[in-house]
Amino acid sequence: MRFPELKETDVEKIYQTLDNDAESGGYHLNPDSEFTKNLIRGLMKNEFRYGYRSCPCRLASGKREEDIDIICPCNYRDPDLSEYGACYCSLYVNSTIKTGELAIRPVPERRPPRLARSLNKTLETLIPVPKKTLAFPVWRCKVCGYLCARDSPPDLCPICKATKDRFERFI
Amino acid sequence: MPVEHVNGKDKGPVMLYALSTCGWCAKTKELLRQMGVAFDFVYVDLLEGQEQDDAMQSVEKWNPSGSFPTLVINDSKSIIGFREHEIREALGI
Repeated sequence: MRFPELKETDVEKIYQTLDNDAESGGYHLNPDSEFTKNLIRGLMKNEFRYGYRSCPCRLASGKREEDIDIICPCNYRDPDLSEYGACYCSLYVNSTIKTGELAIRPVPERRPPRLARSLNKTLETLIPVPKKTLAFPVWRCKVCGYLCARDSPPDLCPICKATKDRFERFI
Repeated sequence: MPVEHVNGKDKGPVMLYALSTCGWCAKTKELLRQMGVAFDFVYVDLLEGQEQDDAMQSVEKWNPSGSFPTLVINDSKSIIGFREHEIREALGI
């Protein structure tokens, strides 16, 4: 597959948008801007070849439903930020790393391996959907944990901008 | 599997499984270059079909989580992630 030349003005634009979104939501991009822009080039390349911005540091299958947990921001970002101060690819960091108080260390892979993922998927289909006992179902954003009670999840998570298909029925 | 070779000091077989988009893979590759070690590398995301599957099976043999970068030294030791100290120690440089 041939990849189009990435325009530096586009890289800069995405960098600014991600930075604004991160800061307004209480998150921070990696302060090493060259490293961060390289990750953004990876996200752009993935968007071109797969149609979505999957994590640049993980192998995507190219099937959205299989890669849904690793579309940036991934489902593992927040637990990794809490435990290691950085997400797996280190696009996002917490404030102690942003200010240089702590250095980034390698973040082990939290995503289950291939075989476990396919087994989990099979198990999910066997678990019955809970019976309706509330006026509205409660939906949970798998990226940031945002909860809302309404007939269906919002098109975009108001907190982290994850898309509708990344919500799960919580109650 | 189409593997690329980088010339340098012979420290036995050194194989880097990487992704073309990954920042930590790039740092690992750059470190090996700076160290002047001969190594092979493959960008698994640029492979397709059976070739990609074969490469993933090799990665998972050394690193069951199937993550990148996975560096295999001397067909006997694997280093997962960009760990400069461990890489230098394993290669004695």
